[in-house]
Amino acid sequence: MEPIIEVKNLRKEFADLVAVDDLSFTVPTGQIYGFLGQNGAGKSTTMRMLVDLVRPSSGNIRIFGLDLSTHRKEILRQTGAIIERPDLYKYLTALENLRIFATMSGTSTSKKMLMDQLALVGLAERANSKVKTYSQGMKQRLGIATALVHNPKLIILDEPTNGLDPQGIADMRNMILHLCHDLGKTLIVSSHLLSEMELVSDSMLIIDKGKKLVEGLISDLFDPAETLVEVRTADDKLFVERLKASHLDKAFHSTANGTVQLKLHKNELTGILRQLLDLNVPLLSFNARHSLEDYFLNLTSGGQHVEAFKN
Amino acid sequence: MWKLLKIELFKIFKRPRTYIAFGAIAAIVILIQIALRFDGRSYVDLLLNNLKDSFEMADDFKDKLLNGYLICFVILNTLLIQLPLLVALVAGDSIAGEANMGTLRLSLTRGVSRTEFMLVKFIASVIYTFFLLLWMALLSLFGSMLIFGVNDMIVLRSASIELIPVSDVFWRYIAAFGFAAAALTTVSALAFLLSVFAENSIGPIIATMSVVIVFTILSEMNIPIYDRTIKPWLFTTHMVAWKGFFYVKADSDGVAIRGSIENLHSILRSLCILVGYTIAFTGTAIWVFRRKDILN
Repeated sequence: MEPIIEVKNLRKEFADLVAVDDLSFTVPTGQIYGFLGQNGAGKSTTMRMLVDLVRPSSGNIRIFGLDLSTHRKEILRQTGAIIERPDLYKYLTALENLRIFATMSGTSTSKKMLMDQLALVGLAERANSKVKTYSQGMKQRLGIATALVHNPKLIILDEPTNGLDPQGIADMRNMILHLCHDLGKTLIVSSHLLSEMELVSDSMLIIDKGKKLVEGLISDLFDPAETLVEVRTADDKLFVERLKASHLDKAFHSTANGTVQLKLHKNELTGILRQLLDLNVPLLSFNARHSLEDYFLNLTSGGQHVEAFKN
Repeated sequence: MWKLLKIELFKIFKRPRTYIAFGAIAAIVILIQIALRFDGRSYVDLLLNNLKDSFEMADDFKDKLLNGYLICFVILNTLLIQLPLLVALVAGDSIAGEANMGTLRLSLTRGVSRTEFMLVKFIASVIYTFFLLLWMALLSLFGSMLIFGVNDMIVLRSASIELIPVSDVFWRYIAAFGFAAAALTTVSALAFLLSVFAENSIGPIIATMSVVIVFTILSEMNIPIYDRTIKPWLFTTHMVAWKGFFYVKADSDGVAIRGSIENLHSILRSLCILVGYTIAFTGTAIWVFRRKDILN
């Protein structure tokens, strides 16, 4: 598929800090491209470079086949972006905000078109309310509307679920899927919420300390149906012995950090706790970790930030 | 560009803080007018105190002096020192305020060049400055003309007293307000430049006022070495050149020559220096902003 973004050897230095280091990746057209990394991995800096908020120290960015450094205006007129939070003019109404950003994007819009856009994000009834009266979720949705108001081909969303409640996260996920699958947009979505990214992304780029760790189709990177089960027992040795002697012998993966690890397909998860209890070794804890999370943690810093990510 | 300018002006005039300056000007002008309406004679006496040994002035004459034109001159003298602060409130906020709100980030992801973005911001703050002066002219000139009427205008200078005929005054005010607009545009450009470096508007506003105050002190000091070296190049030295429109040439009998300006060359030189500063401040602001990483 034709790439919509091609990034080559991108590097960004701030004084003596290298935020992004020799990063190259390609975003295919018509996909949801997940951009994963821990806090401080360089995601936001990269996203900012994609919309020319931050100038690369070296490297090249091509979007729609055009060089960003020389065709900024043409590229950004076909791109909608929200970097970090969608901060809007709080003293203006949603409609006024939308009109401002539509005009800045070079789009002439009628009130009806703007209202349609607000309806798309479920804010039509609050169109004339000042943004300062909006909840975080509503601001986020209005931010999406400002990113879409000029009907861009490419949408860049940096941590779009930040600060949202579970319902807001689900709404955002559905909107992202709708934009790609129903409206044919290409989206780059950065996040540290692994489960959310797995639910929406077609392809994925994982970076750490400014460097690319892996890039590709999710189906090529890992088996999304695979789950890692960690079990703490009163007697690991006995537990492993009985496990290997049972019909679960193929599930045994390893023992590490005082836990016994099993790899199971999602179809095998049903009733697994009962089966483990039947081994007659007292269980102290049971934790099922999703395979993407496992995959991610193995890639980034050897899993030393597990707790931070779980939070 | 016109569409962008329209939305910029829309944003400025939708903000409540924009009207602080208009309110402040109205309050000061009206307070001065009220004071002079009820106790104008005392003010004129004070004004002519130094001249009472040289001239004998009848009360009728003093009453004629206290007219709309003189009141406007008094107000301009007072307010043009404070106006830079009011101008800096908006110009200093233009970039830094957007950075603080986070809207700068969203705005710059749009298909607008940074130069265009900056030019529109600067032009909008200049238009705001013009509106502020227009408001001041309406209240101080037309308001005073309405309340106090018009008559010949007295101008006191260090060594002389000049009387400008009533029919020769109005155009001088138009020119003075025009010049004041250029002077305040320079302050606006300075606040605009400082705004590029900050991420909240308090910093550029305070920094602008600090520069204006320090430069004004230097401009007012009578130290020979500064008179020759620094003072001619400080923009604050030239901001008061609007007074030159009220300094007239006199004929051999000491009568003011209608339509004359004593030192037009000096006013034009001041204007050129102010425009030069404005171009330098704005150009630097655009140059810096084009290279700036937006990180907030």
